[in-house]
Amino acid sequence: MWPAIIVASLGCYAIKLFGLSVPRKWLARPRIAHTADLLPVALLTALVATQTFTNGRHLVIDARAAGLLAAIVALRFKAPFLVVVGVACLAAALVRLAV
Amino acid sequence: MADEELTETDPPWSTTRRAVLRDAIGVGVATGAYGLSFGAISVASSLSILQTCVLSLVLFSGGSQFALVGVVGGGGAPMTGAATALLLGVRNGFYGLRLSRLLRLRSWRRIAGAQLVIDESTAMALARTSRPAARFAFWSTGLSVFLLWNLATLIGAVATQALHDPRVFGLDAAPPAAFLALMAPRLRSREPRVVALVAAIVAIASVPFVPTGVPVLFAAGVAVVAGFAGARGRGPRKTSSDDDASAVEVRA
Repeated sequence: MWPAIIVASLGCYAIKLFGLSVPRKWLARPRIAHTADLLPVALLTALVATQTFTNGRHLVIDARAAGLLAAIVALRFKAPFLVVVGVACLAAALVRLAV
Repeated sequence: MADEELTETDPPWSTTRRAVLRDAIGVGVATGAYGLSFGAISVASSLSILQTCVLSLVLFSGGSQFALVGVVGGGGAPMTGAATALLLGVRNGFYGLRLSRLLRLRSWRRIAGAQLVIDESTAMALARTSRPAARFAFWSTGLSVFLLWNLATLIGAVATQALHDPRVFGLDAAPPAAFLALMAPRLRSREPRVVALVAAIVAIASVPFVPTGVPVLFAAGVAVVAGFAGARGRGPRKTSSDDDASAVEVRA
C-alpha cells in the first residue's frame, strides 16, 4: 500500500507544480484542453458504476444500488454534499436490515 | 459623492479582505465536512489511520484520494488505485496553468503554493479581479481547506476505526454517492453526459475480464477518444482561460 501512496502523492504534487511552471500555450491546444475537461467525468462515472455494481470481478446488485438511487434522488432535490452521502448510507443500511 | 462612486467600483482593501476571508473559511468548513467522510471511507477500505492521514497531507486532492481508496476498497491493486488518482490529478495541472499568470508565484511561494492548487482555491482566485485579491483568495482558501481537510480526515479515520463492520452503516454506499455529488455540476450539457454513460458501460462490461481497478482506466480511454474527436473541426477554442473558469466549481 505504501508505494502506491507515495507514488500517487508525489505524482499529484508534481502535476500541480508542473502546471504552475510550464509555458501557457500548452493549454491552447484544443484537444488537450477538451480531454482534460472530460477526464474527471469519465473516471468518476466509471468509479460510481464499478463501486456500486461489482464485487471483485463479479457483477452484483445489492444494497449499494439502493444507496446510489437514494443519492440520485437527493441530488435531484439539490441536497448539499453531506446530505447526499448520508442519505445513500442510510438507504443501503436500511435495505441490509430489511433483506 | 465622488468618494462613494469610487467605493462602488473599487471597494477598499479591508472590505475585500474581509469578504475573501469569510468565503475562505466557509469553503474550508464545507470541505472539512467532506474530509470527515474521506477519513471514514479510507479506513473502511482497509487503509491504516496513518496512511489515511498521509494521503490528506501529501496528496491533498479530494477526487484523487477518494479514487485511490475506492479502487483499493473494491479489491483492486494499490498501484491501479495510484494510476487512477494520478489521472484525476491531471486537472490540477490545468488549474496551475491558469493560475500561473494570475498569481505569478516565484521561488518558495511557487513550491509551497503548488500543494494548494485544488478546485476550491482555483475557483476563489479566479473570482477576483485584482492580483493582490486573487493572491489573498488563493492562499487563504488553500490554507483554510488544507487545515480543516486534514483535521477532519483524522477525526473521520479514528471514528471509523472504532466501528466493527462499516457496512452495517451503509458506509460502502458512501464513495459512489460522493463521486456522483462531485460530478453532478459537470453533467449539465450533452457531451459530458454521453461520455459519462459510455464510460460507465465500458467499465461495467469489462469488469469480469480484467483485474479489478483496470475498468476505470479503460474509462479514461473514453475521455481521450471523445476529447480528441470532439475538439476536431471545432476550430481553435476562444481562450483556455474560459474553459478553466467554467470547469472550476466550488464543491461540497
